[in-house]
Amino acid sequence: MDEFLFVVVPYVCLTTFVVGHLWRYRYDKFGWTTRSSQLYENRLLRIGSPLFHFGMLGVVGGHVIGLLVPQSWTDAVGVSHETYHVVAVTGGLVAGVMAVAGMAILIYRRRTVGPVFSATTVMDKVMYAFLAAVIVLGMWNTVAGSILTIGGDYNYREGVSVWFRSFLAFQPDASLMSEAPLGFQLHALVAFGLFALWPFTRLVHVFSAPLGYLTRPYIVYRSRDDDQLGSHRPRRGWDRVG
Amino acid sequence: MRVMAQMAMVMNLDKCIGCHTCSVTCKQAWTNRSGTEYIWFNNVETRPGLGYPRTYEDQEKWQGGWTLGKRGRLNLKAGGRFKKLLTIFSNPKLPSIGEYYEPWTYDYATLTDAPAQEHTPVARPKSLITGKNMKIEWSANWDDDLGGSTANAHRDPMLAKIAEKVKFEFEQTFMFYLPRICEHCLNPSCAASCPSGAIYKREEDGIVLVDQERCRGWRMCVSGCPYKKIYFNHRTGKAEKCTFCFPRIEVGLPTVCSETCVGRLRYIGLMLYDADKVLEAASTTDEHGLYEAQRDVFLDPFDPEVIRAAEQAGIARDWVDAAQRSPIYALINTFKVALPLHPEYRTMPMVWYIPPLSPVVEVVRETGEDAEDKGNLFAAIDALRIPVEYLAELFTAGDVVPVDAVLKKLAAMRSYMRDINMGRDPDGSIPAAVGMTEEEMYDMYRLLAIAKYDERYVIPPAHAEQAHALEELATECSVSEYGGGQQDLFGEGSGAPTPLAVENFQMLQARQTSDSLAGPENKSGRVNLLNWDGKGSPPGLFPDKSPDRSPDKSPDRGPDS
Repeated sequence: MDEFLFVVVPYVCLTTFVVGHLWRYRYDKFGWTTRSSQLYENRLLRIGSPLFHFGMLGVVGGHVIGLLVPQSWTDAVGVSHETYHVVAVTGGLVAGVMAVAGMAILIYRRRTVGPVFSATTVMDKVMYAFLAAVIVLGMWNTVAGSILTIGGDYNYREGVSVWFRSFLAFQPDASLMSEAPLGFQLHALVAFGLFALWPFTRLVHVFSAPLGYLTRPYIVYRSRDDDQLGSHRPRRGWDRVG
Repeated sequence: MRVMAQMAMVMNLDKCIGCHTCSVTCKQAWTNRSGTEYIWFNNVETRPGLGYPRTYEDQEKWQGGWTLGKRGRLNLKAGGRFKKLLTIFSNPKLPSIGEYYEPWTYDYATLTDAPAQEHTPVARPKSLITGKNMKIEWSANWDDDLGGSTANAHRDPMLAKIAEKVKFEFEQTFMFYLPRICEHCLNPSCAASCPSGAIYKREEDGIVLVDQERCRGWRMCVSGCPYKKIYFNHRTGKAEKCTFCFPRIEVGLPTVCSETCVGRLRYIGLMLYDADKVLEAASTTDEHGLYEAQRDVFLDPFDPEVIRAAEQAGIARDWVDAAQRSPIYALINTFKVALPLHPEYRTMPMVWYIPPLSPVVEVVRETGEDAEDKGNLFAAIDALRIPVEYLAELFTAGDVVPVDAVLKKLAAMRSYMRDINMGRDPDGSIPAAVGMTEEEMYDMYRLLAIAKYDERYVIPPAHAEQAHALEELATECSVSEYGGGQQDLFGEGSGAPTPLAVENFQMLQARQTSDSLAGPENKSGRVNLLNWDGKGSPPGLFPDKSPDRSPDKSPDRGPDS
């Protein structure tokens, strides 16, 4: 059972995530957008959206550090377990509260503002359910697991993180996850569910974060007989001349 | 010198009667899809007035266009790259749908479905945004023909600048129409604002387009454009804008708005310009110098050195010829009667305007004086400061000198031509008073008053060797393929893109440019439906059947199509 939940399911989800994105990028570039609803409503979005997005950037950063940096590395540079814990919990809490508050505002807005609600697709609703579940479970793990220590002190850096790295290295060790508290198990499973949904939702806009804007020239010139002409390559048998 | 070609337009505002034909045909051609209900690539505004979206010219509020930094460097007025990325989660300067208007339809079904009742049923307006009943309070042209009325005029951002002089007494009111499309700027701030790099300027003809597959819906272009001519399609989540009807331009046809203009007030042609000088010109310190600076960017297509440089830059010989015959070049540089719209935004716009003399003429006529007499008109231009200053706010960043000069040229043309039309001896002193020769004045009259289709639109077609590529490109336009929003499998956006036959355009062009209503050789083959008895199908009723596909078995047609 553990093998299924923490080896098979995550790999299936990861495969869906990667292949799904390739498929979507190949066949639905036109649908690849943020699907902004700012035109309909701005007052709530002004507060909710930056809160949520900046909070999420913090949350993702925290996960990258927490999951990918082995405890031995921080030990080696002389960061004690207690110091790390305090920094991680404080940072996580601030980012988490921002994300939760932002999400609450955005979901309230989506439900109550008529035009926004009528522009919401079924996929949006499913995605919101998964996203909210992941965030709430993550907050629960931080608050209940790390601050209130309900169910005993659990050092995820010796359990979940090691499992995650073994998972990425294709040497998965399911036993590490089966020993983790239920909150962590659920958080991980729902998160993988979200990853599997990811390519089919508006979340794809994460991968078009426009960092290239910082370095490209302001005005873009493109030639008509560019390699990629418009949206389609020439059909077979229609080679371009010159 | 880096020579580039730019497709440009000039509109003669004296001829605009505000009929909105351009807006309607444009909308039918490009934005009659869901998500684009409020989008008018072409709109006609009554000036003085609020414009569309309301007060879009107030850049202190909307922060569109460019501004000069402390060290004289050109910056985006809404902030540079870092600020754009930091505010990407909620664009602080995006106009809400309320600044445009809430699009609606009517509940027509009620008119036929309603049960028998004492009162006639009415079709109530339904919002196309929420689907609910709504009260219509504003639209794209709510203040149409109300120019200078006290209800709206004080909110016109351009009038606010000269407000202390404007009292809006009845005898001082004036009004004219301003048709607007995308300016296809040489220094487009929308493209500079796009974080995804989806907005590009075409190297060949300078048309500014949005790549629908690279746009990610960050909306920075909407706030970056000071003319607010980029719109957000709320169904597809992508930005859309005027395309200068590029599929038509590529085969040598004018844009839909020009083609259908009742007053024939639009001119289309090429301008050659030096791309290396654009940034420097846009950074001119004095706002009043921007008009001249932009004129300096344009190159003389008759200059042998320019022709050589154009050849080196890969501009075909027939394009250089077209640039020499360009009515745009004549109006901007030879006769100097066309002015740019809001040069102070520093985007180097490429749709220029001949300011209207009619507000001045109207006033003179109302005093009972001769409105075509040079002396009266010249005096009136000097005396009627308010219309002139208002026009200057629109076209020369507030500098009245160029506007004055243009209006005097137009006034001189009226009086000079009247003598000729009346069979009197032409008075050579009239053109001389505005620094023109009699011949130039007559040429200007010809171009402004009686220029035919192929003189108003000098559009070199894109090259034939690219023809099949163009066919592909034509299918790229945002309408043919997209529009269903989420429903990509069904509805109007479904299926493979329909290839756009270049032949159709050439047939249309042949019809548009022929002298008779229909070519006589075609006419004999046509069927007069009024005489047809409904039996059988006489030859010519349907186009010839192609051998491989019969027309009545077209695939994929549902019973309701």
